[in-house]
Amino acid sequence: MSSREKILPLLRENARYSNEDLARQTGLDVEEVEATIRELESDGVVRGYRAIVDRNQIEPERVRASVELNVTLDRETGYDDIAERLAKFPEVEGLRLVSGDYDFAMDVEGDSMSEVSNFISEQVAPVPEITQTVTHYIMETYKEGGVEFEDGDDDDRLSVSP
Amino acid sequence: MSFEESERLETVPPSGIRRYFELAEEQDDIISLGVGEPDFAPPWAARDAAITSLERGQTSYTPNRGLRELREEIVEHVDDNYDLDYDADEEVLVTAGASEAVDLAFRAFHDPGDTVAVAQPSYLSYVPAARLAGADVLDVPTRREDEFKLTRDVLEASGAADADTLVLCYPNNPTGATMTREELEPVADFVREHDLRVFADEIYAALSYEHDHTSIATLPGMRERTVVFNGFSKAYAMTGLRLGYALAPPEAIESMNRIHQYTMLSAPTTAQHAAIEALRNCEDEVAEMREQYDRRRNFVLSRFEEMGIECFSASGAFYVFPECPWDDSSEFAEALIEEQGVAVVPGDVFGTGGEGHLRVTYATGLGDLKEALARIEEFID
Repeated sequence: MSSREKILPLLRENARYSNEDLARQTGLDVEEVEATIRELESDGVVRGYRAIVDRNQIEPERVRASVELNVTLDRETGYDDIAERLAKFPEVEGLRLVSGDYDFAMDVEGDSMSEVSNFISEQVAPVPEITQTVTHYIMETYKEGGVEFEDGDDDDRLSVSP
Repeated sequence: MSFEESERLETVPPSGIRRYFELAEEQDDIISLGVGEPDFAPPWAARDAAITSLERGQTSYTPNRGLRELREEIVEHVDDNYDLDYDADEEVLVTAGASEAVDLAFRAFHDPGDTVAVAQPSYLSYVPAARLAGADVLDVPTRREDEFKLTRDVLEASGAADADTLVLCYPNNPTGATMTREELEPVADFVREHDLRVFADEIYAALSYEHDHTSIATLPGMRERTVVFNGFSKAYAMTGLRLGYALAPPEAIESMNRIHQYTMLSAPTTAQHAAIEALRNCEDEVAEMREQYDRRRNFVLSRFEEMGIECFSASGAFYVFPECPWDDSSEFAEALIEEQGVAVVPGDVFGTGGEGHLRVTYATGLGDLKEALARIEEFID
């Protein structure tokens, strides 16, 4: 297994493992760990690190929506061109081209429903290639980034057993 | 009329682990590295299969030997993974945990005066179960210099040549030792030369990190004299569902089943349904758990090395077995619980050869593991 193959799953599991702890878990030297991470970053494999936050527990509350977009393409405009344009908006948290009934799945975040709605109607819908938008407001998050948002994961094992 | 204990039971002392359990229970902020079971939940598909079986009302007894569907899956699984070849109808017995299978085997094949040689340190149940079956126990202490592998030398030195049965468990609880095919060969030679039978507890077979697990029953001339024990507790994290199995030649399974049919009737039905699904569709989850254990193993071994605590490179199960920094490992374990809130189990609890060591379980999330090891470091400073 290459050092990349060892390090990447651990970073994806918890990006806050120290380099020392990554080294201890993988059997690599700390220097190798540092070099591998630098390489993953400079090659664009690792694009960033963020906390997974339970938004119900922070103020002020933020509104999130998942938006379906349908587009039409022409000779001059491809999916990448549309995506590039949409991704520039700071309100857009995530953007993916998907298979199925619509073309893009877009995550949008704002301070209120009206802010998100205005963004969609005033900034997104008028884009000439976009033929349809369907906005789904997110009401509750149960799992994100592989982390379940449930309370109490108590260890109910006997504290000492054979 | 009184409840005077039978002489047999009197040969079995209360479990040596109990004291540490009680001490640990008294502490609020305890991190336990003293457990003998996974910290994962069973794969969801297996749990879902158990729930579905309950919804369907599949709660009656199963055939004594276990659901045929399960026995077929077991046979296929051990063939694919360990090159073991058993017949689903005649050579498999599904039991309430591997522990039941071990108990059945002791009772089925021993008379008073028979000798059971137990490679130690070992899981706590073999010695009491052998004694309750009326057998005498011969300690075969493995050695740290052999990384707690069983060798021909210690078999000879301990007098195991005259025993009737040899019990061994690799990957091992409590040491985390494993044995390769080459290392098992001299043991198999010894066993054949002295015509012993073998009870091979392979409950941790799926958790071998540095080489593929070899079952001693696959060595020449061993299948006919070996009972292999395995189950779902460790690899599939199904401890509380209580499901194991024995693999052995038809006449041995027939004998063990004669006790099982009267005393247990059949292994838990719900667990059997979970196990079928576990064997069919949960290998990815098992591999993921194994990867996690392996990383934690590396982590713990590195930390002990940094602390200057001698610890051989344990390569299986989810235990490491470092040398105890104090002469008295029981005293150390007690003080560690009381002063630092970290539970480990002193090695002497697991029999001869374990003294002077500690069993440290890494079936615990990395955060807790890290904290517990920091506390140990602080404690020995």
